[in-house]
Amino acid sequence: MSLLFADPFDALFQFQQTLDQLRASRWLEAGPSGGGAYPPLNVFRKGHDVIIVTEVPGVRKADISIEAKGDTLRIAGTKTTGPEEAAPQGSSIHRRERRSGHFDRAVTLPIEIDAEKIRAECRDGILAIHLPRAEHDKPRAIPIA
Amino acid sequence: MTDARSLEVQEKKELVSKGEKTVPARYYVPTTDIYETADALKVVMEVPGVARDAIDIKVEDDTLRVEARIDTAKYDGMEPLYTEYNVGHFARSFSLSHHIDRQRIAAALEDGVLTLTLGKVQQAEPRRIEIQ
Repeated sequence: MSLLFADPFDALFQFQQTLDQLRASRWLEAGPSGGGAYPPLNVFRKGHDVIIVTEVPGVRKADISIEAKGDTLRIAGTKTTGPEEAAPQGSSIHRRERRSGHFDRAVTLPIEIDAEKIRAECRDGILAIHLPRAEHDKPRAIPIA
Repeated sequence: MTDARSLEVQEKKELVSKGEKTVPARYYVPTTDIYETADALKVVMEVPGVARDAIDIKVEDDTLRVEARIDTAKYDGMEPLYTEYNVGHFARSFSLSHHIDRQRIAAALEDGVLTLTLGKVQQAEPRRIEIQ
């Protein structure tokens, strides 16, 4: 499966369909993560490395903690919303759809990762965690003698 | 709200528009909070993955329309293995009442959250009438 799209107008549509097909996949199912746990994760592969992408709109960088041990990754934090921060007292609420609270989620990856080289970036409400596969876990090419 | 509730995933709601889209891609409705202060109406919407320059805010015929587009180029060369949410552009429209001053609409984007501040027209602001 490659994400090289010929037609840029179709690119998003095809991407959405690919993601939809995988929503039934059981790749992380064996881990301690339950269904419906926040934040929702999308897992991608790029070369040997695994990239976990998650949507955390409204969560500040400082409010997220990421820990790695062995093949397990933990993402925890707090999301705050609401007029308490942005507006003075006495504002009335017309509509409230956004939710706030704590989240704590651990995922176990089916590959070994190099904990020293994990890199995370958070921009525009998207948290991306780059997990390089451990050197000793990479498949080795066997030359045929 | 800084309470101890634990967060649950909110399934993204697909946009059902009156007019049919000319592009096949799906749009989502951004989750939105709306609250009113003494001099403005605040619309706070979640648009994760949208950059500042990919947001269109338009006021036409008493309708405030927000369209926020994500950048799929960031996913180039990445092969999805497991997914729990889908991605797509965001769009949502709101009808404006005559209390909103069309000229005083401000927008700010932070951590994937777009905050629109819709100023109220001066007459609509509460005014205390002194008895002579």
